[in-house]
Amino acid sequence: MNAKNYIKLEFPSKSSNEAFARTAAAAFAAQLDPTLEEIGDIKTAVSEAVTNCIVHAYPETVGKVRMRLRILDGDVLEIAVQDWGRGIADIRKAREPLFTTGGEERSGMGFTIMESFMDKLRVRSTPGKGTTVTMLRSILSREKTR
Amino acid sequence: MNISTAYSSGRLTAFFSGELDQHEARGAMRSLEDLLDAYLPRDLVLDLSGLNFMDSSGIALIIRVSRRVKEMGGRMWIENPAKQPRRVIDASGIDRLIPVATNSIS
Repeated sequence: MNAKNYIKLEFPSKSSNEAFARTAAAAFAAQLDPTLEEIGDIKTAVSEAVTNCIVHAYPETVGKVRMRLRILDGDVLEIAVQDWGRGIADIRKAREPLFTTGGEERSGMGFTIMESFMDKLRVRSTPGKGTTVTMLRSILSREKTR
Repeated sequence: MNISTAYSSGRLTAFFSGELDQHEARGAMRSLEDLLDAYLPRDLVLDLSGLNFMDSSGIALIIRVSRRVKEMGGRMWIENPAKQPRRVIDASGIDRLIPVATNSIS
């Protein structure tokens, strides 16, 4: 599928970058003329994906996180968040609501929220090599819904 | 994010403002624990009307605080969540455990 536009961002897995990543994603998505609710959904999903890299992929270290956003045909926003960290041994388990390895500071709802706010969520992971989370969300621009 | 408070006859209201994510959650938890220790309230109200953004880190925080309040024999609920936090609360299903009021009763 051809991308009409894209950005790639790379940043260290520091928690102070969570706000930066979701704000950057919202700013890129703005060209699709999304509603406030759609912007909120994009920010939330990005925040969850990036937080997973910071908390789970690189629990003891600071590693590289890459976020790629693309606008695909039909005003579909694709968000891919990639890390080269610890990886997920059991993806099905990780995606279950309330499952977490993160202790009481984590709710185990990250993937559940990404799933419910996005149209599609794909998780690819190799233990010891890293994880890529790819999400799709079609944007009904305000212009079209008027 | 910021937490400001109001206290009246056993009820402590914590007004959240700004954005609540994993980066902010630890400090927010510490503030709330300090407030609970200082006021020993019967009711704790989390007023989310000024919170512009919250992700699942906020859900974990709300569950932890409500556990603390229960241990102290108190009650806790959420008031006036703005739209985005409301969607996260709904998606997480915590409204089945913790009441969410849309209009301030006080």
